[in-house]
Amino acid sequence: MLDLDRILTVIAIWVGIGIVALVAPRRTRFVAHGLFPISAAASVALIVAAVQGLWLPPQSVVLRLGLPGLPFHLRMDSLAAFFLAAIGATSAGTSIFSAGYLRKGEGTAPGLQCLQYHLFLAGMALVVLADDAYAFMVAWEVMALASYFLVIANHRVPAIRRAGYLYLLLAHVGAIAILLCFGVLQANTGDFTFANLRVQSLSPFWASVAFVLALIGFGAKAGIVPLHVWLPEAHPAAPSPASALMSGIMLKTAVYAMLRIAFDLLNQQLWWWGALLLGLGLLTALFGVVFTTVQTDMKRLLAFSSIEHVGLIFVGTGLAMMFRSYGMPALAALALTATLFHVAAHALFKSLLFLGTGTVLHATGERNLGKLGGLIRMMPWAAWLTLVGALAASGLPPLAGFVSEWLLLQTFLFTTDLPMSFLNMLVPLVAAAVALVAALSGYAMVKFFGVVFLGQPREEKLKRARDASWLERIGLAWLASGCVALGLFPVPVIDAIDRVTRMLVQYGLADTVDANGWLLLAPTSVQRASYSPLIFLLVVAATITFTALAVRILYHGRLRRAPPWDCGYPHQTARMQDTSEGFGQPIRQIFEPFFWMRRDLPSPFDARPRYRVVIEDRFWHWIYQPVQHAVERVARLAGRVQQGRISIYLMYSFVTLVVMLLLVGR
Amino acid sequence: MISPLGFLAQMLQFAVALAAAPLLTGWVNQCRAWMQNRRAPSLLQPYRLLHKLFYKEPVAADSASLLFRATPYVVFGCMALACGIIPALSTDLPLAPAADAIALVGLFALARVFISLAAMDVGTAFGTLGARREMLIGFLAEPALLMTLFSASLISDSTSLVAIVHKIAHSQFQIYPSMAFAGVAFTIVSLAENARVPVDNPATHLELTMVHEALILEYSARHLALLEWAASLKLFAYSCIGLALFLPWGVAEINAPLAMLYALPVLAVKLAVGGFLLALIETVSAKMRIFRVPEFLAAAFLLAVIGLLVHRLLGA
Repeated sequence: MLDLDRILTVIAIWVGIGIVALVAPRRTRFVAHGLFPISAAASVALIVAAVQGLWLPPQSVVLRLGLPGLPFHLRMDSLAAFFLAAIGATSAGTSIFSAGYLRKGEGTAPGLQCLQYHLFLAGMALVVLADDAYAFMVAWEVMALASYFLVIANHRVPAIRRAGYLYLLLAHVGAIAILLCFGVLQANTGDFTFANLRVQSLSPFWASVAFVLALIGFGAKAGIVPLHVWLPEAHPAAPSPASALMSGIMLKTAVYAMLRIAFDLLNQQLWWWGALLLGLGLLTALFGVVFTTVQTDMKRLLAFSSIEHVGLIFVGTGLAMMFRSYGMPALAALALTATLFHVAAHALFKSLLFLGTGTVLHATGERNLGKLGGLIRMMPWAAWLTLVGALAASGLPPLAGFVSEWLLLQTFLFTTDLPMSFLNMLVPLVAAAVALVAALSGYAMVKFFGVVFLGQPREEKLKRARDASWLERIGLAWLASGCVALGLFPVPVIDAIDRVTRMLVQYGLADTVDANGWLLLAPTSVQRASYSPLIFLLVVAATITFTALAVRILYHGRLRRAPPWDCGYPHQTARMQDTSEGFGQPIRQIFEPFFWMRRDLPSPFDARPRYRVVIEDRFWHWIYQPVQHAVERVARLAGRVQQGRISIYLMYSFVTLVVMLLLVGR
Repeated sequence: MISPLGFLAQMLQFAVALAAAPLLTGWVNQCRAWMQNRRAPSLLQPYRLLHKLFYKEPVAADSASLLFRATPYVVFGCMALACGIIPALSTDLPLAPAADAIALVGLFALARVFISLAAMDVGTAFGTLGARREMLIGFLAEPALLMTLFSASLISDSTSLVAIVHKIAHSQFQIYPSMAFAGVAFTIVSLAENARVPVDNPATHLELTMVHEALILEYSARHLALLEWAASLKLFAYSCIGLALFLPWGVAEINAPLAMLYALPVLAVKLAVGGFLLALIETVSAKMRIFRVPEFLAAAFLLAVIGLLVHRLLGA
């Protein structure tokens, strides 16, 4: 059986599960416990097939579906296989989690949500497999619409409907740009298969037009500044498994498409494309992380954190493109390896974090950081597994996030002799900014985890919070172990990524990395740079064990409990802890120019003092509101034509007719 | 794989770090006391303190979770590993390839995140305040340290600390302008990271100013002992990084095992001078307001980045 066939079987199973769920859409137990575990098993099968597919030559198949004369061309090469593996790994965790998470009375009927969820998965897998623009656009739209319906699952809330509308709007602005991009790429041949797009040689001008259109289209999906505004609205609105999928893998399909177009379909590259991507990525990363630190809603916080990580991914992609355009395949491969590693790592830890917020949301009914706290005592499973995700997201060794950060920083250090001297000077600045972003994301994650799970409960009802159910724990543990495995065993992962970089930039790291053994990660040589997460972890763990034992043997292991000391202050309450606003306050002060801020401060004589601070996105005021006003104005102008009286419309027809006759008659 | 001599050097380095770190702290305290016209405590005072604390019965807050109790061990483990991979006595360290300069910065960040989370765990006003301030200092100090290490990495074409020491100690004596910038940046960062005077004061419990002390306010007995010891180890590690980057002469080489015999006294002298200078800085400078600290650290960050640019400009 062809590997691609197995993958298509998985997609068919997903669609089948969705349709079966429609049989009894309101039977929550049937949908949750009966269907979602099958879907998770299918995801695991997808991982196996995709990982095998990495090492196989490209396979393609033509499906006679859809319009006559326009069959779906599907093709799986190493790039597609890598992203399929990421989709499988993430969806396996979210599906098994959903089995325990789905409840009655949360918006749309569970069966319908199940259908949307699985169409979403199938859409993402088909986006990655598509080998012609037509199939790509169909899959892209299935993915966009399915996720739109998931976002508005709870459509009775007006704010959620608004978030969904914004998402749909930006998704379609992006889709138009993508459509135009394919239009440019086919160069008037009328043949939209990727095989044909690959052989077209466009002039630098048209190639640049295609690239910029792709950047707009996929940037809107990935959340590149200034097209990011839908992300922090849509992610909190969607049910947690849906946000996990959207953040974990849907954003990555945009990265996939960007790589596909820039490295595969366009057969030339200009240096400034890479520089543009690098600049935008850096801006996005910095913007995302600064906003992450000041959020007060836990899912919004994570959405901004996704913007940050997508920014870092684009920084890596931009670097790789720049190196490739200058004919430096080794550096391009290194940058691309860092990028793809981060794609995989982010898919795992961000979905883990979103699912973690899902359990918190179900246990407490709160998304507001100011009303949470102390949950580690009531929900130890959810807390400790989320901690793994938070540590990975802050880029700490020995977890997954650190490896990609390490590789990215190594890329900067290896960079020498770029043909343009100002780019050479730019590299250290970019490295410094990336280091700053990484450190700030640690700040944000400490705030996220500390305010939600540590401290004293800020509300009375939190004391009755219940821990994640068994199925939810399995889902969280699956993703957490993925973060740990990716962090501890980077060498096999880089072997897999090697297949992709060989395809895209004709160079891979596997040979040099394998030469140093599986224990040590060294992109070129041990003398140059090396890192071994396993030894790292073992030494720290051994020291911890040894110290703990030594202290107990030499002294004692007694422990007494007492009220907190807190410098001897006896009247402390949970309200005296830092709120999320308080924790973000230093960053708000340092990065003030980033925010559009409104503060209402109480006067000293207020009987009921109120402190209010509203933080908004400057881009909203700079770009979106002017566009909105312009559209309104145009609409009002157009409205003048519509008078609603039949005689006037007849006159329009008459005038048009006369004008036409004049034109034709001449 | 691992030569017996390398193993010996590694063990010796661990042993020296663990044993000598409290001594370094004691020495700095003694110097500071002299300069401030106070009677100095004994050099061995930190050891007595550790012994006393280990002996006492720890008291944990009622609401403290496992994270709170595990953190002292995690922080201690991180700092011990950090001391193990910085070539202070010998460059023949079997553990050195496991973590390069970037991983070292990651190691410090890991310890910082854990100690901040533990401070938030009990849920007191001071704990969260300390955590917030610690992360505030950390988010600027961490990239500044990284950029300092990058300046050295660019010279030696390697992020491996061993290779950096090799390159700087053995190439023909040369003054690197980038390292001058890096040196200033590193001094500022190490003051901030070790909770020293212009940024923090290790000897105060004044609510408005404390950072590190606020973090460990809820700890007692053996937990506190481990954290104090870890703080000494951190000071020791930072001193050794400074020596490795800026004064790497006298470290034993792979092909000269006997040099370890004199590497130890050389290290002792260098640390003694370093500790004296630290005490001097602490004596002559005043504690700054917490909101001046980001500016102070941003200056360090910018200096380190300028160092990198200077290196690129001069091509040296």
